Amino acid sequence: MIVAEQKGLDEIKNSLGDAKRVLIVGCGTCVTVCFSGGAKEAAVLGSSLRMSTQIDGQGKDVSEATVQRQCEWEYLDTIRDRVEKADIVLSLGCGVGVQALAEHYPDAVVVPGLNTTFIGLPVEQGVWAERCAACGSCMLGSTGGICPIARCAKQLLNGPCGGSSHGKCEVSVETDCAWQLIYDKLKAQDRLHLLMEIAPPKDWRTGRDGGPRKIVREDLRLPKTSEAPSES
Amino acid sequence: MTAEATQIAGGEAPAINIIAFCCHYCAYAAADLAGSLRIQYPQSVKVVKLPCTGKLDVQLILDAFEHGADGVMVAGCMEGDCHFQQGNFNAKRRVTHTQGLLRQIGIEPERVKMFNMSSAMARRWADAVTVMDETVRQLGPSPLRRHRFKTAHPQGETP
Amino acid sequence: MSNTDATKSGSNLEKVLKAGDFAVTAELGPPKNADAEAVRAKARILKGFVDAANITDNQTAIVRMSSIAAGVLAHQEGVEPVIQITCRDRNRLAMQSDVLGAYALGLRNVLCLSGDHQSFGNHKQAKNVHDIDSMQLVHMVAELRDANRFQCGEEIKGVNPRFFVGAAENPFSDPIDWRPYRLGKKVKAGADFIQTQMIFNVPRFRDFMKRVVDLGIHEKTYILAGVGALKTPGMAKHMREHVPGIDIPDEILQRVEAVGKGIEDKAERTAAFQEEGIKICVELIQQMREIEGVAGIHLMAIEWEKVVPIITERAGLLPRSHWESERLKEAS
Repeated sequence: MIVAEQKGLDEIKNSLGDAKRVLIVGCGTCVTVCFSGGAKEAAVLGSSLRMSTQIDGQGKDVSEATVQRQCEWEYLDTIRDRVEKADIVLSLGCGVGVQALAEHYPDAVVVPGLNTTFIGLPVEQGVWAERCAACGSCMLGSTGGICPIARCAKQLLNGPCGGSSHGKCEVSVETDCAWQLIYDKLKAQDRLHLLMEIAPPKDWRTGRDGGPRKIVREDLRLPKTSEAPSES
Repeated sequence: MTAEATQIAGGEAPAINIIAFCCHYCAYAAADLAGSLRIQYPQSVKVVKLPCTGKLDVQLILDAFEHGADGVMVAGCMEGDCHFQQGNFNAKRRVTHTQGLLRQIGIEPERVKMFNMSSAMARRWADAVTVMDETVRQLGPSPLRRHRFKTAHPQGETP
Repeated sequence: MSNTDATKSGSNLEKVLKAGDFAVTAELGPPKNADAEAVRAKARILKGFVDAANITDNQTAIVRMSSIAAGVLAHQEGVEPVIQITCRDRNRLAMQSDVLGAYALGLRNVLCLSGDHQSFGNHKQAKNVHDIDSMQLVHMVAELRDANRFQCGEEIKGVNPRFFVGAAENPFSDPIDWRPYRLGKKVKAGADFIQTQMIFNVPRFRDFMKRVVDLGIHEKTYILAGVGALKTPGMAKHMREHVPGIDIPDEILQRVEAVGKGIEDKAERTAAFQEEGIKICVELIQQMREIEGVAGIHLMAIEWEKVVPIITERAGLLPRSHWESERLKEAS
């Protein structure tokens, strides 16, 4: 899932500027399960902003609304009147949600309340770690199901580097060396031969380096209303 | 004019509002016992019963402050003896988290505090309330209330 | 004069190794400024005492004069450089472009490295590149020479860069068991020579080299064992704790500490530590010469270039054949 963290209260307050009526929009999917932008978090932030701006004299009028997912137009439709009544919309969605709100309501001033960090999972309750870099050409089959693009600090395809030490990455003792994990996994499964081949340079075109990406599925697209039905 | 405003305008010490979230099994029972034993303690506390302090949400504490509390007590079972096993540990973490939030909001984190006691510890209840009352009086009314009075009743004007 | 056709690159380092002589390389750290004289001064210290000198490339992710630029300056002073390229700072376009330019400027040895992560250095906010890794870089530079084509497959028309290609290996880094195989992969990718991280634990290195020899890797590449000159016990402890793969046995650490005992004067104590560090380095070199598969040493005296002439002299590594032949030419 997409994992995000809430920005600090000061940063959020600064981004609201002089706006009086603030609508906090929470999201019921990814950011709910990583406890950064769901209905509960929106309520806590609402209280915090109301009290904080009252104490410092601004006295903002802050309310909250949460939609199932901010990244789908149909769900955003449900809060149209709330958005129109607000001076500023503080989105607690991931970067996609913030942009969807801004695109769907072009007259609204939308600011983000979260820092979207990575695609990952909760390794245990309260701890999330990065797992996928969305490179667009998944090669997990050759590395025992462990991703060297997302989990190796140097994105090595023929790792590890000389900085691997006691199973940890040179960048931090809290970060596992991805290549140690790959080696251990393949060794345990008696599949080390996969590492004997030299992996060639990656084709980064399918990743973000190729430019912003888009997928079109013609089999799923709805006909435009102006289209005439095909003759049978 | 509200009673509080009268007090401030009249120069008296303002009434202090402390909300105490008490668990049914221990803290509430201890408070009840204190009453039966006629132990004296400050009157600033209003008790809200929870089945367990584990039911406590960060939002509950913030709501209390937003609606006029000057201080919040959270009282649960002794650590290791929670009737629901881990509830009071969850509450402890949430209280700590809320203290950090309050600091960012501009409210002194000392205004929220957790206490642990067994159902027989009536005196401990009374002592906890006394400690909380003293702490909050030292800090004065919540910054929210101060601000409301500053803007609602400027010096010299009668509402 | 030697026949350059017999070598892949014509580099002095390659000629020395091909002739079966025990090679000596050292490090020349470029300055953290644009001062050409700083490079020239260091080169003058090393001249005649090494077969080639590595010119580091933003080592520890700290910005320094570029390896190629400093390499050209060193070359002008008569020291053959081994330029270094890290995967951290350049993509495959920039790397190939640099390799073309470096060859045009007369440089002939290149060491292909992953590069320390930028969080170690002085520009922690930078984006890193890592378009390709060190293994792919070795292959790419070797292909420029052997297959006469760019990484994209396009043929190089005209002069193609013909480098003597090197790679690094850290024998004691994790996973330990995998290291000889990884070395084999680098050789398969095209590594003509290998320089290892500093070795202080000789018995352990012997075990590593035995595995390397068993795999036959030593016959396909020239392995230069890294040796270091310890300046102080503090430096030794720091390296042991913070640099992956550095194994300094207690006996060595104790030796360095012991010589400082009882000496009150700080300058004298420092001199004693350094002298012991030099002695240990010389002993290590002598032990390396005895190990099968070791074709030379890579002497890492970080920011202490002036100790290279002393160590090479005491270790009996002088004169270096290239300079001897030059001297003879001049004399005749």
